[in-house]
Amino acid sequence: MTAAHQITAGFMPLFDSAVLVAARELGFAAREGIELTLHRETSWANIRDRMAIGHFNVAHMLGPMPLACNLGLTPLASETIVPFSLGLGGNCVTISNAVWAGMATHGAEPDLDPARAGAALRALIRERAGAGRDPLRFAVVHPHSGHNYELRYWLAACGVDPTQEIEIVIVPPPFMADALAAGRIDGYCVGEPWNSASVAAGTGHIVTVKALLWRNSPEKVVGVRKAWAEENPDALAALLRALHHSARWCQDPANHGELAALMAQPGFLGLPPAVQMPILTGHLDLGGGAKRAIDDFFVPFDKAANFPWKSHALWFYTQMVRWGHVAHTPENLAIARECYRPDLYRSALKPLGVALPGANAKVEGALKAATPVGSAGASLVLGPDGFFDGQIFDPDEIDAYIAGQKSARAEA
Amino acid sequence: MVRSSLAVLVIDENRIRASIIEAGLREAGHERVTVIHDVTGIARRIAEIEPDVIVIDLENPNRDMLENMFQLSRAVKRPIAMFVDRSDQASIEAAVDAGVSAYVVDGLRQERVKPILDMAVSRFNAFSRMARELEEARSELESRKVIDRAKGILMKSRGLSEEAAYTLLRKTAMNQNRKISDIAQSLVTAAGLLSEDE
Repeated sequence: MTAAHQITAGFMPLFDSAVLVAARELGFAAREGIELTLHRETSWANIRDRMAIGHFNVAHMLGPMPLACNLGLTPLASETIVPFSLGLGGNCVTISNAVWAGMATHGAEPDLDPARAGAALRALIRERAGAGRDPLRFAVVHPHSGHNYELRYWLAACGVDPTQEIEIVIVPPPFMADALAAGRIDGYCVGEPWNSASVAAGTGHIVTVKALLWRNSPEKVVGVRKAWAEENPDALAALLRALHHSARWCQDPANHGELAALMAQPGFLGLPPAVQMPILTGHLDLGGGAKRAIDDFFVPFDKAANFPWKSHALWFYTQMVRWGHVAHTPENLAIARECYRPDLYRSALKPLGVALPGANAKVEGALKAATPVGSAGASLVLGPDGFFDGQIFDPDEIDAYIAGQKSARAEA
Repeated sequence: MVRSSLAVLVIDENRIRASIIEAGLREAGHERVTVIHDVTGIARRIAEIEPDVIVIDLENPNRDMLENMFQLSRAVKRPIAMFVDRSDQASIEAAVDAGVSAYVVDGLRQERVKPILDMAVSRFNAFSRMARELEEARSELESRKVIDRAKGILMKSRGLSEEAAYTLLRKTAMNQNRKISDIAQSLVTAAGLLSEDE
């Protein structure tokens, strides 16, 4: 008996591939008539290349990556759309013990407060510059990643110019902890479990987390080849329903033990289940014995986490413009606006009678508390979605936002 | 003459495969070939070598780092871009299938690069074939060993001749629709569990 749809998806060994992995391993895909084949990759470049030549029609991707593909920022890229988000949050900023010791002399506390940590880091950076020392070197996983943009956003908002006062390099996630321990980098921004890995090894401190920089903010997505999606609407809709059921299962605390054991298998993350628990519980060891529980640390399903908000894509676009990755033109803005596809998400899930946001975009940072919203069908709770510096991103005022962040950078 | 020869950098963590590629490049008349297995400090090496063409295996987890460095690093004096010949989709597919990719400096003509990529693709494929055959030979040898042990157990415990022991294994495998080496392995495992001297 062959399944109605055969789909091959690429993924990177990161915890936020869990919704794809569980869709296959727990049978959610099979129940929708999909034979889902998962192919583990070693780099985002490989995922891009295999999407381009049709080895994959679907892949686990960094949120800004489909935008970069469609904006022509990467070679060999095919037009990619985003009908589903794989969750919110999940990243941390981790620094070396030496940098932490330096920050502590400037008032840093082990409380993950982005403003306090940023002020201490800025003071340390200025002190080092005054002493003629090399700038600190931070690593992110890819130039077109949430990690790169949130690290830069945090530093810029704290008065550090990330283009001048630090160096930013690219390191693959599994190598981050080793690079930090060996002193090749001074800090990094990456998803779990690669932050807890440094803390467990005694070689790093977590100084802040994505959930505190921008609460309930976008991270990984499902990228789909546009040409395939147009030719196979039924297969795509079936896949989105399977992912919806999988994400709901991943969110349920009753399943966290099983999910951690699943992701621990050699074919997925190949790390002990205990290492997967901090991302699921939000209970983090920060280093030096400090612990902290974070609300909404990683959200695979709740808060409409799977809805591909156009405002998320547009915020990534504003950061691409901000850091010189792309020029702000009406054409580029139109490409960014069309990349995330809430219409496809909505039409696939409508038959399930589940809660669906009525709008395609929202004003990011406007919700100060968890807020029930009007939606088609059942009830839905969104947010809070605040930026740590209190900024608001209104996708209808994108020109003003882009202009405003340039001046913020000049002041820094 | 020296001016026209291309500097080629091969980045491959697999030393055997890298040397096969290097040999192929030298046979094709490329004398300025450098092989790097470990990407630590690669920016400095690129500044020294100033490669025209860089060949990388796709399994290398540092590809994202390398691509970013090719575009931004001060050590890279000339911009390096992925070799994508839009008129020849088949050759790009063959490269990705084989597990190899090429990057070239800005302005290098594609007809000078394509033979290098084609050679790398065929040698990558040959290497995969060789590795597969080696693996098959190894598992063949393993199963022959385990079948011999299973035969020995049957001969001893049931007083069978070697031929009768083999026939019994083969018949059981056929009846259960399993491989004879699997049946032999089960027997060896069971005998180990039942044996008193362990």
